[in-house]
This record gives sequence, structure tokens and C-alpha cells, in this order.
Amino acid sequence: MKNENAITVSELTKTFGTFTAVNAISFEVKKGEIFGFLGANGAGKTTAMKMLIGILKPSSGQATVAGFDVHTESEAIKRNIGYMSQKFALYDDLTVRENITFFGGIYGLSRKRIQEKSKQLIEDLGLGAVGKSLVGSLPLGWKQKLAFSVAMLHDPQIVFLDEPTGGVDPITRRQFWEMIYKAAHAGTTLFVTTHYMDEAEYCNRVSIMVNGKIEALDTPKNLKQHFEAATMNDVFLKLARG
Amino acid sequence: MSIQVHEIYKSYGQVNALDNISFEVKSGELFGLIGPDGAGKTTLFRILTTLLLPDRGNARVAGYDVVRDLNAIRRHVGYMPGRFSLYQDLTVEENLEFFATIFGTTIAENYDLIKDIYVQIEPFKDRRAGKLSGGMKQKLALSCALIHRPKVLFLDEPTTGVDPVSRKEFWEMLKRLQEKDITILVSTPYMDEAALCDQIALMQDGKILEIDTPEAIVRHYPKPIYKVGAHDMYLLIETLKAYPHRHSVYPFGEYVHYTDTRMDFDSGELQTFLEAHNLSEIHIEETAPTIEDTFMELAKP
Repeated sequence: MKNENAITVSELTKTFGTFTAVNAISFEVKKGEIFGFLGANGAGKTTAMKMLIGILKPSSGQATVAGFDVHTESEAIKRNIGYMSQKFALYDDLTVRENITFFGGIYGLSRKRIQEKSKQLIEDLGLGAVGKSLVGSLPLGWKQKLAFSVAMLHDPQIVFLDEPTGGVDPITRRQFWEMIYKAAHAGTTLFVTTHYMDEAEYCNRVSIMVNGKIEALDTPKNLKQHFEAATMNDVFLKLARG
Repeated sequence: MSIQVHEIYKSYGQVNALDNISFEVKSGELFGLIGPDGAGKTTLFRILTTLLLPDRGNARVAGYDVVRDLNAIRRHVGYMPGRFSLYQDLTVEENLEFFATIFGTTIAENYDLIKDIYVQIEPFKDRRAGKLSGGMKQKLALSCALIHRPKVLFLDEPTTGVDPVSRKEFWEMLKRLQEKDITILVSTPYMDEAALCDQIALMQDGKILEIDTPEAIVRHYPKPIYKVGAHDMYLLIETLKAYPHRHSVYPFGEYVHYTDTRMDFDSGELQTFLEAHNLSEIHIEETAPTIEDTFMELAKP
């Protein structure tokens, strides 16, 4: 195997006028890895992620995502990734089934495939009783699990998760992470942006952005050791406070 | 007592948002309501700040009844709602002046109380509130909630969506406010912030699961708890869940927190079981329970 990397980023940069939001970042994410992408508010996380999912043109530098170039193949990237955000993931005014059908259509799945996926997904999540309920009426934890499954409808190589479990109760949050481990085990790459350090502790490796640059990248264990910190929260505070 | 809540109920249609809630907060105490979205924290805040009527039960804040004495309560409490609710089109200074005027006071009169916090945003006092960063908005909202020198301060999820650095600064500010004899009721979904409170109530689905000091809540955890690690997290979780003697299996960062149903748990036996299921680099060690462990044990179906 020549290319075991799901994401390769080299000197990726984005400037807005005189402001450099992302400053020549370089890193690689392995296939099947759960990669945490951390940073304070305004550190440049969102800008970097927008470039990786093909919705923002980089100013300079290179990146390939799922084997496609962010400069020239952004449409192919969009077809090969999934995206889920805490802020927006599903339509509250559509039912569970309607959301699945809608996103299945967006991802270009056939009618037959959508039907199969829909059945399987509702069964897996135990949502049989609420298939015809509006998503807005579901508890947050159920919505999150459904949103993650919907982001995986088209069997993407990489799923981007933007602060996926903020505000969710601790038991449901763990069920959610178990879904993530399961997906990673099956070979899907998970790219998680968050500024919640307890989410970071679940990742295989994490990077920490400070003022547009990646200041640290390693496993949570090694980072804690290196910064002589008990938790990722302490690592983060040491880095961000300088 | 600064806050007394007695058997409060509130439902929205079929949903019981608050189901028999009772607790007390002493004067000068920092009391935390800890729970996920949907626990009922905001409904409780709205009742205690006289913005919502309870279906049943009663509550007193700073000695006043939340239903009968609403005007007195409004003069004596500060409330920072979860959603940023200052005037986006007014500047930092205009917002502060507005709130001072509404309460019949001036910035100068109570400046000592907010000085610590306000100096950090004062360089931007001519900037419109809508143009501030998240951390700065939060500091302005807190300044506005304090400008009339309230006896009781209500903070609804002040740190949600805020990065760890700003979160830490915010809690340091609360600790300093407490020294100025203000009672603080704060809510948060983050279990790690619970340790910073004098007393906490763990809440889920409209109910209080337990009330105590953070230290006591952790001490009441009923079982020995073990952290278990192995080379493959997914396989480890699946295997532990298949172990016949498991009581609970919860991923916790790079480890899994495990409890056993038996009193005479033998880690060697579990080690053998895990090895037989192709796990390697196995690590089993007793560990101290966290507030999150306790929360999950209490909320366990």
C-alpha cells in the first residue's frame, strides 16, 4: 500500500486581507484514525476545516483529502466525505425517515439503496417507534446519533465531526463515541474538531492550533507526558496561555 | 438561606421539565446545577428569576417569594441567560450604562464590583456588542448582570461554547465574586466544572439525582472502579460488554472505566478473558471515580 493516509496537508495557508487565519500547517491523518483537531476560539480550526472539506479555496499550500486535491477536485472531495456538526445536522421539520431520504438523495444514492439504508439505520439505532416523528421532537442524544449515521449514509472514506457531543448526557455521549470507534474499526477515518478537551481524550491523535499554527501533534498520552499535565485540558491551557 | 426551592413542578404539555425539585443554597455559596441539555436547568432559572410560573411548589430567592414578590426579586438578582441577550447594536459602554440606568444606579457607584471583569473589555468600550468575540461578550454580559449589585447571581450555562482558556478565566472571576458576598447559582453541562462549586445538584430529565459537595458525591460511588486499557479500543469495549460479570462499561478517553457485579473481583481473571479475545497491551488498575462516573451510575437505566 502506497497511500495509507486519508488526509495529507502541506504548508496549507489561508489569508483574509492582511490577516493570516491558517499559517502553513502540515500534518497527515492515517486511514481509520480518529484525529482530533483542537484550538481555542479564533485559532483557525474552522477555516482549516472548510479548506479540507472543499468549501474554501486555500491561499497557498497543498492538501489531499480521500485522495483528491483541495485546489482542483473539491467536488470529488464532497462526494467522498461526510460532515456532521452540533449546530446543524438534520432538518427539525422533517421526520426521521424524511431526513434520511433527503440526505440520501443529496448524496446521490438510488431509491432502492436509500430504502435499504433507511431500514437498516432505523433498526440499528432502535428508532422504529419514532420513524415518522419530526426530528425536532427527539431528545438531543438521539438526534446526534441519527445525524452521525446520516453523515455516513453514502459510506464516505472520511467523516468530519464538528463538536459532535457538546451538551449531550454522559451515557449517550459514550454511546456516540462507541459508534465512532466502530466506524474507525471498519476503516472510516474520523476528523473531529472540538474545543472540549474531554472529546479530545477519545482521539487516537490530536493536534492543537494556536494563532493559525499547529503547536502540538501527538497521542493524548504522549502530549500529557510531554507537557507534564494530568489532562488534555491542562495541556491545552499550557499551550494556549504560552 | 439565599435560595430555597421546595417541591417545584413544571411541565410543557407531556414533558415534565421539572419533577419535584427541592434544594437550598446558603448565602455566599457557589452552587452548581450539573446536567445535560434537557435536564431542566433553564426552566428552573426562569422560575427563580420570576420569568416563568411553576405549576406547583414554591421558592424563595433572597427572602422573597418567586410568585408573589416578583418586583423585589427582579431588583435583587442578576441573571445571565444562556443565549447572549444584550443589545447587539449598542456599544459595550452603552449596554452597561443602559442596565445601570434601568436599575436606577450608575456605573461609577458599583464600579468596584465589576472592575476586575470590565477592565478586560474596557479597551473595546466603543465597539458594538454584536462585534465582540465570544469571550468578550461573556465578560460584558456578566458586567451587565452585576451592575446593580445583586444579592444573588444566576448564570445559565455561561461557559457553553467557550474555549478552555476563557472557561478557566470565567471560573476564576466567579470565585472572586463569591468573596464579595454574592450568592451564585450556575449551571453547566460540563462535569469537570462541578469540582469548582461548593455544592452541586446533578440533574437529568427534570429530576435531581443527588445533591452534595463535589467531594462527597465522588466518595458515595458505590463500587470499586477500574480503568482498563488495551491495544484496540473498539475490541476492548465489545469484549468487556460480553464479560458475564460486568456491571458497567464506559469509555473514558484512552481507557474504559469498568465495574464488576461481584465483591471479590479478580483482575487476573478479567486479564485472562481479555487475552483469550485477542486483546494485547492490557492494563487493569483501580482508579478514583469522577463526578461523571457518579452521574452515570445514578442515571443508569
